[in-house]
Amino acid sequence: MTDLRRPIAELVAEVQSGTLTAVELVTASLEAIEKSDGYHAILEVSEVALERAKQIDAGDKSGRLAGIPFVAKDNFLTRGTHTTAASNILKPFAAPYQATAVEKLEAEGAIMVAKANLDAFAHGSSTENSDFGPTKNPVDPTRVPGGSSGGSAAAVKLGLACFALGTDTGGSIRQPAALSGVVGLKPTYGLVSRFGVIAMGSSVDVIGPLANRVTDASLVLDVMAGKDRFDATTIDRQKSYAVEPLPLKGKKIGLIKEYMGDGTDSAVKAAVTATVQQLTAAGATVEDISLPSVDLALACYYILIPAELSSNLARYDGIRFGHSSQQAKTLADTYLKSRDEGFGAEAKRRIMIGTYVLSSGYYEAYYKKAQKVRTLLVREFNTAFERYDYLLGPTAPTTAFELGEKNQDPLAMYMSDIDTVAVNMVGAPGISIPTPTDGLPIGIQLIAPQGKDAELLGAAQAVEELVA
Amino acid sequence: MTKITPDEVRRIAALATIGLEEAEIDQMAGELDQIVTFVEQLQNVDTDGVEPTDQVTGLVDVWREDEVRSDFSREELLANAPDQQDGFFKVKRVLNND
Repeated sequence: MTDLRRPIAELVAEVQSGTLTAVELVTASLEAIEKSDGYHAILEVSEVALERAKQIDAGDKSGRLAGIPFVAKDNFLTRGTHTTAASNILKPFAAPYQATAVEKLEAEGAIMVAKANLDAFAHGSSTENSDFGPTKNPVDPTRVPGGSSGGSAAAVKLGLACFALGTDTGGSIRQPAALSGVVGLKPTYGLVSRFGVIAMGSSVDVIGPLANRVTDASLVLDVMAGKDRFDATTIDRQKSYAVEPLPLKGKKIGLIKEYMGDGTDSAVKAAVTATVQQLTAAGATVEDISLPSVDLALACYYILIPAELSSNLARYDGIRFGHSSQQAKTLADTYLKSRDEGFGAEAKRRIMIGTYVLSSGYYEAYYKKAQKVRTLLVREFNTAFERYDYLLGPTAPTTAFELGEKNQDPLAMYMSDIDTVAVNMVGAPGISIPTPTDGLPIGIQLIAPQGKDAELLGAAQAVEELVA
Repeated sequence: MTKITPDEVRRIAALATIGLEEAEIDQMAGELDQIVTFVEQLQNVDTDGVEPTDQVTGLVDVWREDEVRSDFSREELLANAPDQQDGFFKVKRVLNND
């Protein structure tokens, strides 16, 4: 059976030359999904994937992703499956249209085979907040895969598809990529259309690929990036993201000191330090840099994002779609009971925090203050990028933790994103690259200035080769 | 000092239109208090003269033509409705007079 972890470009070339078929690839994917059921990476398999594969085999195979099966996090609206955001409130939802990102991938011949598990509404760092049960770490099933795109990360690592789509609001692509041992790319804010993706924190949400190697992520980004008339926040793209490795010689890289403190596991620090030595040996200059506001980023995030998501989740009213309480006797009851029954504990906590910080008398002290601290973060990153081409650090402070270890303590769980949230607040692109370890996976995070995703991907390829 | 009391939880839940069960309220108060205490560290940051950041794209006033589009049929838009009648969403009675 075809190994779906092979380089995407190779598989596409074989599909195009006729030595491999889209049906073979999709069949391999569906069989692998069935065999890996115990990991609970997948929520639902597409009814139309095999049919699409047959059409590609019989017709146009010129697409840049011809026949390539992929998995979408279940907060992307897709045809041929339900879309639940792993929440009970959306459990019966069948989207009437499809996300722009999925449309673009399918236009190049890619095939959406299944929907991946996530923390409900992408609220979480372990996938344990899924209303349908957690995903298990692909390397050690007693541990979490990270989150919120934990199903996507596990799916890639387990070879259930060639790549997966995720969303990243505070680290939800990079952190599970790090904990599960795959590549996770968070593009510049606005580079990929979010039309048809269930919104969380609209001023920071981005979508991006999780993949087995940087070149695969690059190819997927190259297909998805660019303006969309249905998403007014989309920005101009660079010419190409499917780039060659960028020589690291002469590059200046800042190692973020705040990410190497006491809260970071020694194994994680050792992996970063080893990477720094390899970078130096390759001719790059790596220096410690302090970004003091980075320590405030998590607090800033847990004001601004709950505020935004409390507004985004106001649409779940039990009337137009989604769960509607059978206990309700009046319209007001429908709202109150449907939302109480349909939202899980973490969604409720976040809606409540967001409502609190936006409420009269607290808006200035919390929301406005956090927006100002966000400005400080933006300034610090801008200043850092005047001196450095890239910033570097660990992707997460720890390796994968045990299932159940943190899910009773919301604040302890939030700390899992401590190395990733700042990048979201400033809108910069970041990528997590796996480093070889004997034990649990560890990710190295490379960060570039806003809009320099191609440069990030070029350097990431070089780093990937270096640490391999 | 406890900022989020059970009464404060009730006030916020009403604003958020979530009909929390009484059993949920005490635990929620403790959890929210912990989170609010954590984010309060921002109060000590000097932000005098600093402008707030709403968004980071630098995009200003993205316009498009105001055109009438019809992408979906009435049936498609009603397909996910929990309750419908005569081509409309159906809601429970608005006044509570039982």
